[in-house]
Amino acid sequence: MDKQVQHILEILEDNAKVTPKEIANLTGMTIDNVTKSIEQFEKSGIIRKYKTIIDWELAGEEFVHAIIELKVTLERKLGYQAIAECLYKFPQVRSVRLLSGGHDLSLTIRGRSMKEVAFFVAGKIATLDQVQGTTTHFVLKTYKEDGVILYETEHIKRLQISP
Amino acid sequence: MRERCDPSAFVAEHLKTVPPSGIRRFFDLVSEMDDVISLGVGEPDFITPWHIRDACIHSIGQGETAYTSNYGFLELREDISKSYSQKYSVDYDPESESLITTGVSEALDIAIRAIINPGDEVIVVQPSYVSYVPSIIFAGGVPVPVSTKMSNDFRVTPGELENVITDRTKAVIINYPNNPTGAVMDKDSLESIADVIVEHDLMIISDEVYDCLTYDGVHTCFASLEGMRERTILLNGFSKSHAMTGFRIGYALAAPEIIDSMMLIHQYTMLCAPTTAQVGAIEALKNGDEEMQKMVREYDRRRHLIVGGLNKLGLECFEPKGAFYAFPLISSTGLTSVDFAEGLLSEQKVATVPGDVFGKAGVGFLRCSYAASRENIHTALDRIGDFVDGLKI
Repeated sequence: MDKQVQHILEILEDNAKVTPKEIANLTGMTIDNVTKSIEQFEKSGIIRKYKTIIDWELAGEEFVHAIIELKVTLERKLGYQAIAECLYKFPQVRSVRLLSGGHDLSLTIRGRSMKEVAFFVAGKIATLDQVQGTTTHFVLKTYKEDGVILYETEHIKRLQISP
Repeated sequence: MRERCDPSAFVAEHLKTVPPSGIRRFFDLVSEMDDVISLGVGEPDFITPWHIRDACIHSIGQGETAYTSNYGFLELREDISKSYSQKYSVDYDPESESLITTGVSEALDIAIRAIINPGDEVIVVQPSYVSYVPSIIFAGGVPVPVSTKMSNDFRVTPGELENVITDRTKAVIINYPNNPTGAVMDKDSLESIADVIVEHDLMIISDEVYDCLTYDGVHTCFASLEGMRERTILLNGFSKSHAMTGFRIGYALAAPEIIDSMMLIHQYTMLCAPTTAQVGAIEALKNGDEEMQKMVREYDRRRHLIVGGLNKLGLECFEPKGAFYAFPLISSTGLTSVDFAEGLLSEQKVATVPGDVFGKAGVGFLRCSYAASRENIHTALDRIGDFVDGLKI
């Protein structure tokens, strides 16, 4: 991968708010070139979206998250893509992944209560023709989200001056 | 009553000629202050990658707490040899040509002691890391500094070496990528040094502890040059590359005769490098490359940030190609390095290290480590700007 491309993407993956000016400072590129590169990444889909990791609990909102494992039967011709489409169109479904191992698909669901999530799974997911079975795991606590540790961070203890 | 003792009368004479490290004095100043932003640190600001720490914890859990071979774990020496073959195409026999030491500091000390007879001269290419000159004096040798210049990208030239070589010259110590300048030497310029080394039949002690922190271009290992393998004592370690300063693991690679002599000192004075830390080093070499590269890329970004920032402030800054130091020339402000560094610390609470500490060649310069968070580099640059503006009034 091109070194400058890698720098821009790594910087933005860590913090989407870093300005083109700052990226230019960090890479030695011109602001103009940084801006153009980012526009190109956005256009080509390399950069999909900018989002924010929010601690909703701290903000006073109660959300319930659950991980749902699905076993499915494949439809002739259509394969997993067709099933994934049926699932990801629900806004409650935050992620859909095809897995290796004992289950076929894994979903992340967000709802207001355990009851709401449970009814959504029973009413909307389990009833799909291709779905053979579901296993629901409610999330009790999130320690790390998208590479960000939410509860504790380590601080390095160094001397202030050393050779 | 018995006569009172004066302990100072017992201190060895040769130690009285060694001044305490200038860094030490700054450390004492800083430790009395709060809210200091430090660009004075010669170690990574990353915590050792977790997989390395985990391997050490596991090894302690398994009761792996005894001495290792004097040479260090064979597995570690084999992994080091393998990495040198792969990276630099220079082959070392792990059993007879490598020695694991307690940090590169120990490797440096015993390398010098292994080859120096009383009165032998050792050329030290400066600006240089603070330990070289004292280590030579401790070994009974005579340090001979040679100054490199910013106008020559802090590379040492054959002519500069020739000027100071005498009949008593035994060895030359080089350190590229360099602490404190961040300078590197490319293959061609190293080749010209190699010619001088052969012509005068010298040894090279090449401290390559920053080899992995090379940003533009590739590092050239001195021992990989034609005919230099037998003339080189190669020193390296894990402190900088894998953020493992406190683990104290370094190593030396050299001809069997040299390693044997170093081993002679090592076995009686150190016995072996810390066992747990050696386990960490094995893990670092086997599985640490990806995290290391990630750290290197972040240093690279900070390098652009700080060098660009210092130049904008009017402090002429040579572009460092390796290590994690910027070395701006501050003499344009009219201050000496020490006055600048002390003023900056007391007025703006930014800790740096005056260039004089690294030898005469460092006079007029300031060492700013960019092993600091981007946020701290920004704040430090703002404060340095305020300090410089204040001088103009």
